[in-house]
Amino acid sequence: MISMEHYLVVSSIMFFVGIYGFIARKNLLAVLISIELILNSVEINFSVFNRYLYPEHMEGVFFSLFGIAISAAETAVAIAIMINVYRLASNIDIRHIDKLKY
Amino acid sequence: MGFSVYIILVPMLMFLVIGLGSTKLSPRAAGIFGTLGLSVSAVLSYITAFRYFFAEGLQEGIYSSITAWSVEWLRFSDKLHIDMGVLLDPISVMMLVVITTVSLMVHIYSFGYMKGERGFQRYYAFLSLFSFSMLGLVVATNIFQMYIFWELVGASSYLLIGFYYTKPAAIAASKKAFIVTRFADLGFLIGILIISFCTGTFDFGLLTADNASLAVTSMAGGSFLGLSTATWAMTLLFMGAAGKSAMFPLHIWLPDAMEGPTPVSALIHAATMVVAGVYLVARMFPLYLFAAPDVLTLITYVGAFTALFAAIIAIRQTDIKRVLAFSTISQIAYMMVALGVSGMGGHAGEGYTASMFHLFTHAFFKALLFLGAGSVIHAVHSNEMEAMGGLRKYMPVTHWTFLIACLSIAGIPPFSGFFSKDEILSAAFSHDKVVFVVLLLVAGITAFYMFRLYYRIFWGAERQYEKHPHEAPSVMFIPLVFLALLSCLTGWIPFSHFISSDSVPYDLGINWWIAAGGILVSLIGIIMATRLYRRESDLPERIASRWAGFWNAAAHRFYIDQAWLFVTKKIIFRCISTPIAWFDRHVIDGAISGLGTGTEKLSGAIKGIQSGRIQTYAAVFVWGVIIIAVCVFIF
Repeated sequence: MISMEHYLVVSSIMFFVGIYGFIARKNLLAVLISIELILNSVEINFSVFNRYLYPEHMEGVFFSLFGIAISAAETAVAIAIMINVYRLASNIDIRHIDKLKY
Repeated sequence: MGFSVYIILVPMLMFLVIGLGSTKLSPRAAGIFGTLGLSVSAVLSYITAFRYFFAEGLQEGIYSSITAWSVEWLRFSDKLHIDMGVLLDPISVMMLVVITTVSLMVHIYSFGYMKGERGFQRYYAFLSLFSFSMLGLVVATNIFQMYIFWELVGASSYLLIGFYYTKPAAIAASKKAFIVTRFADLGFLIGILIISFCTGTFDFGLLTADNASLAVTSMAGGSFLGLSTATWAMTLLFMGAAGKSAMFPLHIWLPDAMEGPTPVSALIHAATMVVAGVYLVARMFPLYLFAAPDVLTLITYVGAFTALFAAIIAIRQTDIKRVLAFSTISQIAYMMVALGVSGMGGHAGEGYTASMFHLFTHAFFKALLFLGAGSVIHAVHSNEMEAMGGLRKYMPVTHWTFLIACLSIAGIPPFSGFFSKDEILSAAFSHDKVVFVVLLLVAGITAFYMFRLYYRIFWGAERQYEKHPHEAPSVMFIPLVFLALLSCLTGWIPFSHFISSDSVPYDLGINWWIAAGGILVSLIGIIMATRLYRRESDLPERIASRWAGFWNAAAHRFYIDQAWLFVTKKIIFRCISTPIAWFDRHVIDGAISGLGTGTEKLSGAIKGIQSGRIQTYAAVFVWGVIIIAVCVFIF
């Protein structure tokens, strides 16, 4: 029997892998993927809590659907930014994007 | 008598009109506005004086003080409040007449004298401002109102001395006048504070009522450095008076103030503002007499010394306006002495009457002397005696009016100066013989230096004049003739019937023994001057060389200016101001700039943290969350 903890362990692993990727990867695309991982882990949490704790309600599931929609939109925006960055800097290495300091 | 407030308000209105519209108005219009305003004031003053002295003032044989108009201006406590008002009593009414008359004459005269000057409108605006302040000063109902207007006359005097603001000497002179009188006014203010603290009132009526009993009782007991509270208060008040009236050692500003236009010297630095100090002492006279008689003795000796000192310096000056300036100092000192030797009531108060009488007559003949000097300067374009000589043929009106003024100040009957001077000498004689002898000597010296001035200007060899000297235009000589008439006639006014220390009219005749002495001394002075200066000779030089040291010291005004400069520059600036300036620049400014530069340095050091790399921020954020989580978990 798969219990709630199993799901939570998986989502935690996904979350921290996402954070590690966000901090450690140098490619903007990889960073974006890491952000997706974090979002997806959160969505798993929403669904799981909804399913196990309040089976008669649907809010968690709907929230997950919202999250998926928003992350799709966000990905579109992020990729547009990346294309612009590539045009400016000829690469998408995150170490080169530090023009906004002070 | 409520209309008397307009005597003051009309010049103020004219100041606003001319001052605000200065560029819109033509010079002529500005002059006419100013003169018309002053004429209205003068006519109202004459009506006030007439009604006061002959109709409403005299009640049961005593001249009463009438508060013609009053409004509360500032209230401190139930008792202590500052009013603005118009107080009519014999001396204030007399001053109203003097100020408006001289000011009107000066307004008319300036039409000719200042013609074509740059800033003609500004000049008339300032004259109106001055007239307003001076009139407000004399009608003050309380000592604080007097102080406010006292500062206003100081400010307008500053503006008028510095009228030629492109001339460095004029700027220096105006600053000097302002700073010296301001320094003296500090004493005045402290004196006011002490008096109002003790008595709980500013009002002249309450302060001087019943022989100043309020002040005597409330200031009794306290003492500081061995002198009583009353003595301190009245000495500080006298300090303010001495500053304004150019008493030794605060006289240094007055000779330099001659840098201003000559009609201004006639109005402010001869006839009106400089006698404000005498007026103040006269106004507070019961307090001096009953609460602090020692200060009255101080006033007598300071006055006697100043009179002699200034008269001696006047002999040596070559700038005609400076001779007149020193003679003004000397004559004002005369008035101070007269107050100093006065008592209260009837003939004991002869000095008080004499002082006010001399103030009255002096205003006219000294204004006449200055305006005459102005007309001479107008003709030869120089202040120096060297550039003058033999002018009597070219300027007959100026010559005759100047001669009348000289005879008047020398104390020759029947001109006005004789009467007032005789009363002062008589008052001094009955009080203090030493002071009497000094004053008699001063009378002789006065006659001598005035006739030296007269002969050097109007007699002697003619100079090579660039342009033919000409008589002044009629707007200039009409005031001269009018003032000359006043100088002849004002002496005959029975002054003791109008002004006395206790406001009770009494009879005061001429003391012929003393008058004879005075006339004799003056005649000796005139004869000596005639012998020495009527024809040019080397006799004055030979006499001078015998007294070379004294002669040079007098030329340098006995080094009083240098002494002040030494005190201020070497002692005050170096020992007090320089350390304060250092403290200000380095400690106070340093603290403020240190805060600025410190912040800048610190931010420069820590701005590296703001790297602009999103991942660094994220890492820091994650570590922060972890640390907080751990902390929460542990504690």
